[in-house]
Amino acid sequence: MPEPTGVIHDIGYQRYTGPRLGRRHVFGALYVHGLRTAFGLGRSAKAKIFPWLVVGIVLVVAAGVTAVRSQTGQAVMTYARFVDTMSWLVIFFVAVVAPELVSRDLRSGVLPLYFSRPLPRGDYALAKLGALVTALWLLLGAPQLVMFLGAAFTTKDGLHGVWTELGDVLPSLLYAALWALVFASVGLLIASLTSKRAFAAGGIVAAFLMTAPIVGVLSIMPSRTVNELAMLASPSFLLHAVGLWAFGDKLEPGAAADQMIGDFGPVYVGAAVLLVAGCVALLLLRYRKVAAR
Amino acid sequence: MTLIATESLTKTYGGRVSALADLTVAVEPGIIGLVGANGAGKSTLIKILLGLLAPTSGRVSVLGLDPTTDPAAVRARVGYMPEHDALPPDLSAAELVTHLGRISGLPRTVARERASEALRHVGLHEERHRAVGGYSTGMKQRVKLAQALVHDPDLLLLDEPTNGLDPAGRDAMLALIHRIGTEFGISVLVCSHLLGEVERICDTLVAIDGGRLLRADRVAAMTTATDVLAVEVSEGTDDLAARLAALDLPVSRDGRLLLVPLADDATYDLILGAVAELDLPLHRLDQRRHRVAELFATREPSHA
Repeated sequence: MPEPTGVIHDIGYQRYTGPRLGRRHVFGALYVHGLRTAFGLGRSAKAKIFPWLVVGIVLVVAAGVTAVRSQTGQAVMTYARFVDTMSWLVIFFVAVVAPELVSRDLRSGVLPLYFSRPLPRGDYALAKLGALVTALWLLLGAPQLVMFLGAAFTTKDGLHGVWTELGDVLPSLLYAALWALVFASVGLLIASLTSKRAFAAGGIVAAFLMTAPIVGVLSIMPSRTVNELAMLASPSFLLHAVGLWAFGDKLEPGAAADQMIGDFGPVYVGAAVLLVAGCVALLLLRYRKVAAR
Repeated sequence: MTLIATESLTKTYGGRVSALADLTVAVEPGIIGLVGANGAGKSTLIKILLGLLAPTSGRVSVLGLDPTTDPAAVRARVGYMPEHDALPPDLSAAELVTHLGRISGLPRTVARERASEALRHVGLHEERHRAVGGYSTGMKQRVKLAQALVHDPDLLLLDEPTNGLDPAGRDAMLALIHRIGTEFGISVLVCSHLLGEVERICDTLVAIDGGRLLRADRVAAMTTATDVLAVEVSEGTDDLAARLAALDLPVSRDGRLLLVPLADDATYDLILGAVAELDLPLHRLDQRRHRVAELFATREPSHA
């Protein structure tokens, strides 16, 4: 008698003999998962609201700037200045997304499930960091791409104009990458210290905003050297100083960069590199401890 | 092949607190019960086996590999189910297990297939697409088991898998573990502080206390020679006891039951003969396995 169709056979447990991918693929899987988490993809609708609100704001601002420029021919904002102007939004984005990436894993206790797999402890932290850096860079870079496309299509200088624009936007994208690196490493380090998302978010906002008054105080001290080094006291001012050194009046029209940072431009660059390196080292150290628990 | 072997394994925390002390044990593939009171060193041993903790001294090998020098190779072939809550509440079981399968090195589509297979094997079907936060404790334990199974390991390390489950849930979980160990061909190390629970499904038992090995042996070896026959008659229990004692059987009483060590098949005949001669209503006569607990009991001598 022929068997009736549509019968589900329990074929029992199947052993797996196929390929097992190496460290690079595992790192990639965790990185992509983190990047998706940053924008709420594959998560509940509630988790999508905030990231996409921020994305919406930066894109609308970029579109507005582009529109004004194409109508009046006047650039409201240079690319680099756009990055600086959006910094407060980036702070809030980091404050929400960094805890989402690491504090949530600490809270739910899922880390033993990760570290009992062939995933080196450092790779977990670096994949999360990479995801956050990429998310921030996309957040700051995508609007610049909009601005660039707008400018390139409306330029009156033909191909030469497009080249000029490209010369402006590429360094600014690098500048955005530096912002992304600094904000992500500081933010992720703070978030990795607590399993409570609210604490982590508060800590991150405090680290970026509460340090601003220190810069204010130092910049009115009666010593010129202290004034010129004042911006070392806060991460966002530190980045601003690097921008002043690199872009000069393209970043802050009218303000003489020399007056604000003197000859200390390279010092600020060094400080930014040290800050990132220090945060990454502490982050790796942190996950050495967590893994053994 | 030896599944797990340790040699003078010692782990001390901060140079003072000793979690494992000079533990030497070797077990063969199968279902192994690791029993001991809370704080006996079970979790520490598991973490050393996974290469998450470095032993203070001594040697260890898992599946012939050394977790202290090659943890990635060990972890690729081992599945671990932790004792505590380990599931992010807002992911669905299917997403979580798929993701963890990829972290174990499975390609994307394979991870998805094996995740639904693993969840099906632990008895989660349609509910696997719901967020884990709404699951019962029993379902969460099953998800934890499924994620340990997703990459088809050669060894499962289960830390207190029946924690927080009701009696029916415990039985179901133990049956599932037994099935994995026998039908799936995967060796299992089950940690528990409840000996009575694991002895039912294990073929090897390792008992530790205060980080030291109490005893490690195959369950069969522990229980041969100690099987007893339990006899229950509706009335005349004392008469029967006297009669059996007269037949040189070392009979003992346990409530309404008479316990007689089973020497060979002749013991059955002797008992049945005695019951028939006294014309007593026989209620039951069955072979009873000695509970392994009695083998470990140090203070209370066994009743039989």
